[in-house]
Amino acid sequence: MHSLFGNAAAVATGVFAAMRAKGRDTRVVAQAGDGGTVDIGLGPLSGMFERNDDVLFICYDNEAYMNTGVQRSGATPPAARTATTQAVGEHPGNVFGQGKDLPRIAMAHEIPYVATATVADLRDLEAKVEKAMAIRGARYIHVLVPCPLGWGSASKDTILLARLAQQSGLFPVFEAEFGEVTAVLPIRRRVPVTEYLQPQKRYAHLFGQTPDTETIERIQAQADRNLSRYHIDEVEI
Amino acid sequence: MRKQIEGSAAVAQAVALARPEVICAYPISPQTHIVEALSAIVKSGDLQPCEFVNVESEFAAMSVAIGASAAGARAYTATASQGLLFMVEAVYNASGLGLPIVMTVANRAIGAPINIWNDHSDSMSQRDSGWIQLYAEDNQEAVDLHIQAFKLAETVSLPVMVCMDGFILTHAVEEVEMPDQATVDAFLPAFEPRQVLDPAEPVSIGAMVGPEAFMEVRYLAHRRQMEALEVIPAIAAEYGAVTGRVRDGLISRYRLDDAEIVVVALGSVIGTLQDTVDALREQGVLVGVLGITSFRPFPLESVRDALAGARSVVVLEKALAVGIGGIVANNVRTAVAGLAIDVRTVIAGLGGRPILGESLAEMIRGVDDLDELTFLDLRTELVERELQRNRATRRSGPTAENLLRDVGAVGDPLSVRMPR
Amino acid sequence: MDKPFAITLDAGSSLANKTGSWRTERPLYLNSLPPCNDACPAGENIQGWLYEAEEGQYQRAWQLLVADNPFPAIMGRVCYHPCQTACNRAQLDQPVGINSVERFLGDVALQEGWQLPVEAVDSGKRVLVVGAGPSGLSAAYHLRRAGHHVVIHDAGPKSGGMMRFGIPSYRLPRDILDAEIQRILDAGVELHLDSPVTDVMAAKAEGGFDAVFVAVGAQVGKRAYVPAGESAKILDAVSLLRDMEGQQAPRLGRRVVVYGGGNTAMDAARTAKRLGAEEAIVVYRRTRDRMPAHDVEVQEALEEGVLIRWLSTIKDVDAGSMTVERMELDDSGFPQPTGEFEELEADSLVLALGQDTDLSLMQDVDGIEISDGVVHVDEGMMTGAEGIFAGGDMVPSERTVTVAVGHGKQAARNIDGWLRGIPFEHAPRPPLATFDRLNTWYYTDAPKTVRPTLDSARRVSTFDEVKQGLDEQTAVYEARRCLSCGNCFGCDNCFGVCPDNAVLKLPRGSAEGDNGRDYAFDLDYCKGCGICVSECPSGAIIMIPEA
Ligand SMILES: Cc1ncc(C[n+]2csc(CCOP(=O)(O)OP(=O)(O)O)c2C)c(N)n1
Ligand SMILES: [Mg+2]
Repeated sequence: MHSLFGNAAAVATGVFAAMRAKGRDTRVVAQAGDGGTVDIGLGPLSGMFERNDDVLFICYDNEAYMNTGVQRSGATPPAARTATTQAVGEHPGNVFGQGKDLPRIAMAHEIPYVATATVADLRDLEAKVEKAMAIRGARYIHVLVPCPLGWGSASKDTILLARLAQQSGLFPVFEAEFGEVTAVLPIRRRVPVTEYLQPQKRYAHLFGQTPDTETIERIQAQADRNLSRYHIDEVEI
Repeated sequence: MRKQIEGSAAVAQAVALARPEVICAYPISPQTHIVEALSAIVKSGDLQPCEFVNVESEFAAMSVAIGASAAGARAYTATASQGLLFMVEAVYNASGLGLPIVMTVANRAIGAPINIWNDHSDSMSQRDSGWIQLYAEDNQEAVDLHIQAFKLAETVSLPVMVCMDGFILTHAVEEVEMPDQATVDAFLPAFEPRQVLDPAEPVSIGAMVGPEAFMEVRYLAHRRQMEALEVIPAIAAEYGAVTGRVRDGLISRYRLDDAEIVVVALGSVIGTLQDTVDALREQGVLVGVLGITSFRPFPLESVRDALAGARSVVVLEKALAVGIGGIVANNVRTAVAGLAIDVRTVIAGLGGRPILGESLAEMIRGVDDLDELTFLDLRTELVERELQRNRATRRSGPTAENLLRDVGAVGDPLSVRMPR
Repeated sequence: MDKPFAITLDAGSSLANKTGSWRTERPLYLNSLPPCNDACPAGENIQGWLYEAEEGQYQRAWQLLVADNPFPAIMGRVCYHPCQTACNRAQLDQPVGINSVERFLGDVALQEGWQLPVEAVDSGKRVLVVGAGPSGLSAAYHLRRAGHHVVIHDAGPKSGGMMRFGIPSYRLPRDILDAEIQRILDAGVELHLDSPVTDVMAAKAEGGFDAVFVAVGAQVGKRAYVPAGESAKILDAVSLLRDMEGQQAPRLGRRVVVYGGGNTAMDAARTAKRLGAEEAIVVYRRTRDRMPAHDVEVQEALEEGVLIRWLSTIKDVDAGSMTVERMELDDSGFPQPTGEFEELEADSLVLALGQDTDLSLMQDVDGIEISDGVVHVDEGMMTGAEGIFAGGDMVPSERTVTVAVGHGKQAARNIDGWLRGIPFEHAPRPPLATFDRLNTWYYTDAPKTVRPTLDSARRVSTFDEVKQGLDEQTAVYEARRCLSCGNCFGCDNCFGVCPDNAVLKLPRGSAEGDNGRDYAFDLDYCKGCGICVSECPSGAIIMIPEA
């Protein structure tokens, strides 16, 4: 059922409450984009988490409001160009320091299960959904989904970019239970963030005639930060 | 059973008698007592099965009701004022999807300036939302309308708003006759949804509808409200048969038969009006009161019928369409179109301003001299002083605070301790 | 359910949006040629049988294998596996140990007693095969499978040719050799030993044969002129290795010098060691990198204590010693004498300077062209004489068992075509599945399994097999390392990554999809994004422009 942009979590709670009242064990899954999750739907989502309703909420994060034509969302990464964070001015693209890290916000609610995943590893995603469905209470899975149009990348590179996001460290893939990180997907072939950024036109302004090394370094620092924050191992091959 | 009971408690008990399966609410004065009472009923186990969901906003409250209703549960919520506005997007969604949710609106003014007292601005703002709107004249009717509302909603597959005046009804202790559970159970069968989320029979609810069918969807919603014009009296009659309280359902008539002047109104002010009418009739003024119970759908025919013999009609409104005037009056004018009847608008009781019998009597006596649009008991001296200030200086300050200073209320500790 | 108009729809209503109309390019499942298959002299479908093996379908794997080569157990021991050199996995970590999996399959087949199938109806044609070496046996087998009556004549006392008389038993145990040959005979091939053919045309006429395949090999050890004293002991490597098959082990003495740098030289030196020589020295006139012997053979010889003198020639030989001259490579890489001499103590000299062919049986046949000691054949392996085909070491080519087996198959197909009057034509070669077409991310990192090797201390004293086989677990593991280059292996990646669910998964093995795959594209919804192509691990999907 499709209700509104920002109320998926609450509608899901309603379905769950109905099932409980009726003594039925039909499980409920809610889905939304990053805008519907981290921005306009955050209130209802947080409420659903806090009540620990038996709902699995899945966020498909393409890092902007794509439906309406690529405007910035609370999940848009720094320096990325969107229609509302244009590549103009002294600091082109989205500003640093913004962006809501929803998996960690979810963890702060100490719900039974939080996981991140990307479309580059469907078996991992499948396993996480299965695991989530074996758990009762509020559960959250945050899936990174590149958007060719919004990111300015080739359609065929969609999976590749999701993989590079993880392999660069920019998008940590992990699981957490009751607020504690319990598993982290190791990095198999670490790549510098440039390898991930460069094929995307939304970062084209970083790679002009004189590359914006300062901004690139700040993005690299974010990736490095994730490695230490989540204790992500690099697997030697 | 007859009991002396607060309006909110009575409504809560009536709602419980209807056996809702999911109740979700977010507190706002003057609705709070209703949901507090319901939460206690559910928590104590007296109402089973029922889930009481404490949500984080009215937007979520309506959304939870939407989910519950779509999943086949009888769903209820209550709100008022700012809360109603906060949930508006979902209010339209519920009616658009045809989900038979019942919601109490404990009518209250809308800020700014912030005001918690009664008027009809909140529910009137939703008159075109696609919801059925019923207005209760007293707490007995509030109880009866709530029980009927579930049956009505489920019969026509539309959500129903039961509007009752905040504080005036919600917080008033009156004698109320409560129907017993067996009576209600016999009257109100279990919810049989027209559409339901069920993995055994998968459907997709609420997908995008383009220009090819949107008009038809809206037209059908209108048709259903038109059908409700038949269903409402039928249900009222059925309810009357088992409870002995027979009402028309769409309108209420008071001393209309030979009335030359008719005052049209909604909600609790009808009681005051009836007293005034009685007094005026003793003085030989042929006046009557037409109460509108069902504002949506608007009973054009019943209203035209009821007003056909009148010379002058005054629509007493507890809401203001800023920039034009009356809201109900426009609907009444549509109803009497072509008849030689003067329809005047009197705005009264905004933000809890008392509507005094004396003022009403004076207004009715002078009906022929009334302007097209009148504000009952408007304190013109306050208005004049503010207008003067505005003329005198550009930075004249916030109007609301200026007026409060004029009436000497600023700094009054009572004014800040009011619940919100 | 009486669904409200336009509000409640059946599930799947978005299927009305046919995204296929956006497409300008479409994907196509296309199998391309894996480099291992490309490199195999016997034309094996290596990728194909590894795929079956990795699924644990050993018999199916073996059947696929023997469709091209009847000697998996032998191949798994003696083949120099050019497939592994070509293997794309080498660019990732190490090549797949194809050869050891082949041996595993060959050994399982022998243990289980699996037989070679002959399903074709009898053609009524008779084919004479001269020589029961790898090439002749291979041809006989393939001809038999094609329904012909095959008679082999071999001059020697035992079958196998150079597999028996040129390869020491520590590399190819005789029970394995015998069993794989016997299986061919069990398939209905007639073998006559000790029956040399001296005139091919006469033999053809006498036996009433419709065609002949000659594969007599190259068994005559080349003799170079080395001045030698009367009592000097000189013999050639081919004879030495052949004599190993007799009753009496040859006597070589305490110190043995082997002259030459090929595989046979290594075999001779290692055999000398096993016969009790304290010292076996290989004398070769060039450097190690120019040695024709395969690197593994040199490596194993060195491990076993064989000594090698690079850049040396033998000037003369006497009883108990010989003179060696140091050489120097000139600018063009040729060894030139330096005039520096040295004495070397040695009890015997084994010459391993290559082999010649005895072609007397077809010397005078009209049309047959012989030059440089080899017979010339056309593309279809036929000599200048109608119906007389030849292959193996006696035609110009690399002289290995695998090449010989390949010749046998080639010849058999052409003979079959010739006999039936429908010239054999090769199926068109699909494009090569090069490394750059793979998406290697999906192959988990798995270095090659090392086959257990006999301790060198033990191996020099015995003729036990030096290389042991893989156990089942490691063989399957090794098979699973196969990248399946250019060929769909049913990983479901395309099915999973397609954003439009436009990849249809058909029942496994149904092969009803594009180009015989178990998948098909639903062109109503495929919008041509190309993700399936990028994410196909084995490069088995390509994009083609929309017509
Ligand atoms: C209340 C409300 N505000 C704004 C919109 C307009 N709107 C529709 S989709 C959308 C963006 C959706 O972004 P996201 O959730 O990230 O999903 P995406 O399109 O990127 O998949 C917006 C702003 C709306 N539908 N409702
Ligand atoms: Mg988005």
